[in-house]
Amino acid sequence: MKEEVSRIEGQALAELAQAGSLEELQDIKVRVLGKKGSLTAMLKQMGTLSPEERPALGQVVNETRDRLEQAWAKAAQSLEKKALALRLEAERLDISLPGTMLPHGHQHPLTKVIEEIENIFLGMGFRIAEGPEIETDYYNFEALNLPKEHPAREMQDSFYITEEILLRTQTSPVQIRAMEKLYPELPIKIIAPGKVYRKDDDATHSPMFHQVEGLVIDKGIRMSDLKGILLNFSRRMFGPSREIRLRPSFFPFTEPSAEVDVSCMLCGGSGCRTCKGTGWIEILGSGMVHPRVLEMGGYDPKEVTGFAFGMGVERIAMLKYGIEDMRLLFDNDLRFLRQF
Amino acid sequence: MKVSLEWLRELVEIELNGEELAETLTRGGIEVGSVESLSEGFDNVVIGQIKEMEIHPDTDKLWLCRVNTGAAVLTLVTGAQNLLVGDKVPVALAGAELPNGTVIGEAKFRGIVSQGMLCSAEELLLDQGVGLERSEGGILILTPEAPLGENLADFLGLKDSVLDLELYPNRPDCLAMVNVAREVSSLTGAQVNLPQWAQAEKLGDELDLPQAQDVKIVIDEPELCWRYAGLIVEDVKIEPAPEWMQRRLRAAGVRPINNIVDITNYCMLELGQPLHAFDRDKINGAVHVRRAYAGEVLTTLDQVERKLETDMLLIADEKSGLGLAGVMGGLDSEVTPATKRLLVEAAHFAGVSIRRTSRRLGLRSEASNRFEKGINPYGARATLGRVRELLVETGAGRPIGYVDEVSYLPPLPEVSVSVSRTGDVLGTEVTAADVKDVLDRLNFLYTEGQDGFAVKIPSYRSDIQIEEDLIEEVARLTGYERIPTTLPAGDLTQGMRTLSQEIRLRLRQALIRVGMNEVLTYSFTRPGADRKWGKAEQAIVLMNPLREELSVMRTSLSPGLLDVAARNLSRRNTNIAIFEIGNVYLSEEQTLTQLPQEQLRLAALAVGKSERHWLSIPVDYDFYFLKGVIEEVGREFGLSFNYKALTEEDLLHPGRSVEVYLGDEKIGFLGELHPLVAKEWDLERAVVFELEVQPLIEQAGTTVLVGAIPRFPAVQRDLALIVSKETPAAAVMAKIRSLGGELLQEVEIFDVYTGKPVPEDRKSLAFSLRYQSLARTLTDEEVNELNSRILEGIQQEFAAEWRK
Repeated sequence: MKEEVSRIEGQALAELAQAGSLEELQDIKVRVLGKKGSLTAMLKQMGTLSPEERPALGQVVNETRDRLEQAWAKAAQSLEKKALALRLEAERLDISLPGTMLPHGHQHPLTKVIEEIENIFLGMGFRIAEGPEIETDYYNFEALNLPKEHPAREMQDSFYITEEILLRTQTSPVQIRAMEKLYPELPIKIIAPGKVYRKDDDATHSPMFHQVEGLVIDKGIRMSDLKGILLNFSRRMFGPSREIRLRPSFFPFTEPSAEVDVSCMLCGGSGCRTCKGTGWIEILGSGMVHPRVLEMGGYDPKEVTGFAFGMGVERIAMLKYGIEDMRLLFDNDLRFLRQF
Repeated sequence: MKVSLEWLRELVEIELNGEELAETLTRGGIEVGSVESLSEGFDNVVIGQIKEMEIHPDTDKLWLCRVNTGAAVLTLVTGAQNLLVGDKVPVALAGAELPNGTVIGEAKFRGIVSQGMLCSAEELLLDQGVGLERSEGGILILTPEAPLGENLADFLGLKDSVLDLELYPNRPDCLAMVNVAREVSSLTGAQVNLPQWAQAEKLGDELDLPQAQDVKIVIDEPELCWRYAGLIVEDVKIEPAPEWMQRRLRAAGVRPINNIVDITNYCMLELGQPLHAFDRDKINGAVHVRRAYAGEVLTTLDQVERKLETDMLLIADEKSGLGLAGVMGGLDSEVTPATKRLLVEAAHFAGVSIRRTSRRLGLRSEASNRFEKGINPYGARATLGRVRELLVETGAGRPIGYVDEVSYLPPLPEVSVSVSRTGDVLGTEVTAADVKDVLDRLNFLYTEGQDGFAVKIPSYRSDIQIEEDLIEEVARLTGYERIPTTLPAGDLTQGMRTLSQEIRLRLRQALIRVGMNEVLTYSFTRPGADRKWGKAEQAIVLMNPLREELSVMRTSLSPGLLDVAARNLSRRNTNIAIFEIGNVYLSEEQTLTQLPQEQLRLAALAVGKSERHWLSIPVDYDFYFLKGVIEEVGREFGLSFNYKALTEEDLLHPGRSVEVYLGDEKIGFLGELHPLVAKEWDLERAVVFELEVQPLIEQAGTTVLVGAIPRFPAVQRDLALIVSKETPAAAVMAKIRSLGGELLQEVEIFDVYTGKPVPEDRKSLAFSLRYQSLARTLTDEEVNELNSRILEGIQQEFAAEWRK
């Protein structure tokens, strides 16, 4: 019988060596080591042996079983490895193909710039104020120290609806509205973004455009504070190495007034086409709030001072994105919009 | 204001060149727009004389000229037919780049080389004037005295540079050369050389002439005319003005006419006071300053008969109008070659009136511009003194007397400035010496007090009225760069958006997230564009639109989006998914007496489909796409919208449109365009929605309460039903929900099918139902029972057939 065991072992080992799949292996296991397997059958035949012979044969069968089980495990492992290798090979992708297209819309560059400006000023403790686009002559002009027939009204050609109601030409009326609303609160620190309208239409002017107004009022506000806030803004908007310079200017609602230039973000100040060789780019108008405007807003110019500024969003967007014709911003060509 | 540097140098010492001066003025607050050199383009343009001329051997259309340029004799070919041997002509040598941009080289004309070019007046951008004889028919011919070989610009005196000042409305004083000179002096510290007549601006300054007794001035409108002064001149001899005066006028952009007109223009440019010369022999009796009568007409200098209105200010004698005050003289009283006697007017008219008249008639001039911006009411007599001086100096006439009617002269203000406040406002150290230095440089008179100065403001600086104006003078003359950089002291403030601002921001982001592109269109549109989209009867119309297409404030965003879609399609951008968040403007009144409603809207439009991609089937930009966008907005803010069939059927496809409700409130519409409307925009199909934003803001969920995550397993059942085509899926779904009770956690519709084997008038709807209890594991039996009950209920209600 020992010979029979050894024959079973030999044949099983040969079959294991030849098996090409896990199924075949399983089959071998069942045929040899299973409950009805050939090796198990040997144990069942032990009854025909003498009691003295039985332990010896038992031992032989068990040892054979251990060896076969080890051999089987080894074969199984090697087959699994091969199968895995095959699967990995079979699952190879063309990794050069583009990924799944997820929805992706684009924000208009102007609202994008407004949001950016808002975030910069929010970070400096400003709040956002709003006002109507259709305004009264009083808020748009008179309360801003521009009485009727003031020659400075000509700086802005306005769209009128009636003699007294017009499309606001600037976001500055929000200054007055904010003061009226907040009085006697101090400090006032607001910006007011929004649409404004003037009778102009060419490559650098649009009849509708956007401004962001700023207003700070408190006891002891100085022109140097204006400079500090605007330097901070310019650096966050245009880069940390920007410088600003103030030039005397005129606005009816500020005194002293200043035009603010920022060092050119394209050439860094050495002079290029964008800054017309000067190294500086005009980005906004500003000044100390005119005492009459403070009074119109309800505040006492002897008690408080303030500064105000206003910037054109289109101009900033054009500088930031290198847009040369303002009309592109309102043309809404998708090939343009998809770049943002 | 065009400022001749040569002229300015006579009034103030300037060590800077044109560019440097421009920079200094700009940094000082007088913005210089450009610096133009009058000799630009005249390099290599010299004076030549024609020695010989012959016809080109190949064509009789060209001349070959032998031209002596002093240094050489050149052969020049020209097609001009106005030349004679001996003429002095401008010769552009090879290398010249003419004022009109033409670059000159040696060129061959039918085999013959021209060593340069003979120039026309147009090529040199020259008008008629001193030194130029004639130019009709081609080449510009110079006067015979023109020196051979000399540079043409030198000969014509084009050595000057002209600074173009872009003045702010607060500095009309700089519309006078003397005040520009004062400004330069303040900024550079240089000495001004203002003659006596420039400083005399007090009422009592004598002209050293008798008051004319035989000329009577009557100011009938003292509000509109504060002062009317005149110089009486005899023995007038009309001729060209001296060369130097013509040259300066031309540099300032004023065309020379004759000595009298030129002297009045010259004095205006120099002193800022507009002047007008009347032929005194044409004046009948007293001179009145009055309003025009209703229906009155006046023929102005430009030979146009003008219909006047009663708010126009007129200079008139006892019979008829002599001129429109401050705007333009009348033809009848014009100075002509025959004029012998003059009344030279130096008046102060109200800017408001002049502006209105010049606007209404479309007449703008150097004079009207100055009146509009405001002139110095104290300057009239001083200017007449200067006129007198020049008349005598040039022999143009003999001044014999003057008149000066004054109805009002504003008092000259005294303004105080505190040294400490100056420092406080600017945020910089300012000493009394600093302020004093500035006042001295400005040449202002002042008295020094405890902490400041009381300053007498000269009549030409009407912009200085309050302390802050003087603080600005200190700031700009000491340099804005001296102001340090600080941050506001005081309480910390917290910057944050309001809830409404935050929600609007998130709304935009939600739309972009699902693939919509933001556009921005004009708030005004063409009349009728909104039709029934908006509320035409509530539309606000502009009084003075830029053009018809931009004349009405929009009452709907949709037409603007359709315009954008049509424009993009015409450029072959075929797949369009766009939105805009913006106001519409609605008026409750015929004529606005108060501010109208500005209503924030969100509108979206979709045409075509999503871009093709190898992995996925493109999504159609159809009704369901935009409905999905609205639902995404709902998810973003925890809102659910209701939809009702649209009753308005002219604009939208009757079978593919709905009204959108938030609760019971109708907030807008969604639908496919009616094919007839789509056609108006050349669109095949397009889907649009437009919603009011305010209800979203008001009802947006701002808090989230988390529900428990179920611990017991869910049981899934699918249910396919065949119903009539008209049955709304939502109705079936609602019924399933109500039948399912609380154990039915979720119902989704996962398939809609029409076509075989489903009968033609019916459709198959497949729902997936999820049963779940929070308290226990459901048994198969109870789920099956519930499911059967739902099925039965549906079958009864909708005559549905179960599709196993």
